[in-house]
Amino acid sequence: MITVGEELPPLSIDVTPTFVVSTALATRDFQDVHHDRDLAVQRGSKDIFLNILTDTGLVQRFVTDWAGPAVRVKKIAIRLGVPCYAYETLTFTGQVTEHDGNEYVVSVAGRNSLGDHVTGTVRIEVP
Amino acid sequence: MTDVEAAARQVMGWGESARRPGRDPVNLPMVRNWLEALGDASSAYAEEAPPAMAQVWTMGGLHHTRADDDPLGAMLAVLDEAGYTSIVATDCEQTYHRYLRYGEEVALAARLESVVGPKRTALGEGWFVTTRNIWYVGDEPVAEMMFRVLKFAPAPAEPPVEPLIRPVVNRDTAYFWEGTARGELRIQRCEACGELRHPPGPMCPSCNETKPGWLVASGLGEVYSYVVHHHPPVPGRTLPFVVALVELDEGVRLMAELDAPPDEVHIGLPVRIAFAAVDDELTMPVWRRR
Repeated sequence: MITVGEELPPLSIDVTPTFVVSTALATRDFQDVHHDRDLAVQRGSKDIFLNILTDTGLVQRFVTDWAGPAVRVKKIAIRLGVPCYAYETLTFTGQVTEHDGNEYVVSVAGRNSLGDHVTGTVRIEVP
Repeated sequence: MTDVEAAARQVMGWGESARRPGRDPVNLPMVRNWLEALGDASSAYAEEAPPAMAQVWTMGGLHHTRADDDPLGAMLAVLDEAGYTSIVATDCEQTYHRYLRYGEEVALAARLESVVGPKRTALGEGWFVTTRNIWYVGDEPVAEMMFRVLKFAPAPAEPPVEPLIRPVVNRDTAYFWEGTARGELRIQRCEACGELRHPPGPMCPSCNETKPGWLVASGLGEVYSYVVHHHPPVPGRTLPFVVALVELDEGVRLMAELDAPPDEVHIGLPVRIAFAAVDDELTMPVWRRR
């Protein structure tokens, strides 16, 4: 039974270079800033950093880890903040904020040492 | 209407782009790679793919080039041309109408929704470009994405505040700097033997007594030697400038900046001391011609 105000168990991701590279390639994102540190630095970044498709995927994972395999994810809306460079720890926290019939909205934030990396909402439908 | 707005209106007029098919049908091996990479152990994806993979199926791949009718590509080119050369994504909202089943062929169409600007942002002046992607299986829209980027002209970096190089003031030198603050050129004098000395120190090099005192010098002298400083840059100074070692009428030598064009300086040039207040705490001695 989901209740509004319920907090999700936090999820911490150890953002190693391997994590950045393997998630970028698993999302078929071959932009060099996600796998080539020299070029990422040349382009003004501190290091390689997570891509947006992975952010969306991690937000989904964070919510479905808690909600279980039976829920349906209807919508993931994220706002992008500070980059998430290799060697960061990315920690997701979340709370159920809305309830409408069998649909719930979970508000989510993924933070690292630089601040808010992603913030947003996930709409799920429970069977 | 600005050129950017005119171009935006034109690209919006294109409506939805042609549908670009994904490389592969929705398939389990790519899903398993994705789950493995993201550390997602969910058992929900035996029959259907994770909804957050919607965009993955139509990613352009390693040798991707944008289609001519791709509205985001067209708008970014216009903004590049207008000087808004940097980009950062700000929002991504994906709506899943249904989950995708293995074997389904997905195609992507896109349209330009809005171009808003120019806006002043922390990153610089820029335009918010919002596009909508729609993924189709056959003619059925199965997922949508609102994607917004800020295309901006990077703000020029603020020149760093130049730290002033400050002289070290200690018990041996305090009298000197208190003097400059009052418009006096104070020269150390041994209270035991009367010998004058500069720069300051605790012990008289003549009689070895540690009884330093001082007198106020006339501030008149002649250039004994000098250098013209061309490089490296010095905070608070315009290059080149002259640093002169001046022999005072009292007999000791004192080094300070000489406020004169380099080509008018020569050894023997008569000078007098002046004082330049840097701030409330520091007044520097400076030589001027007389």
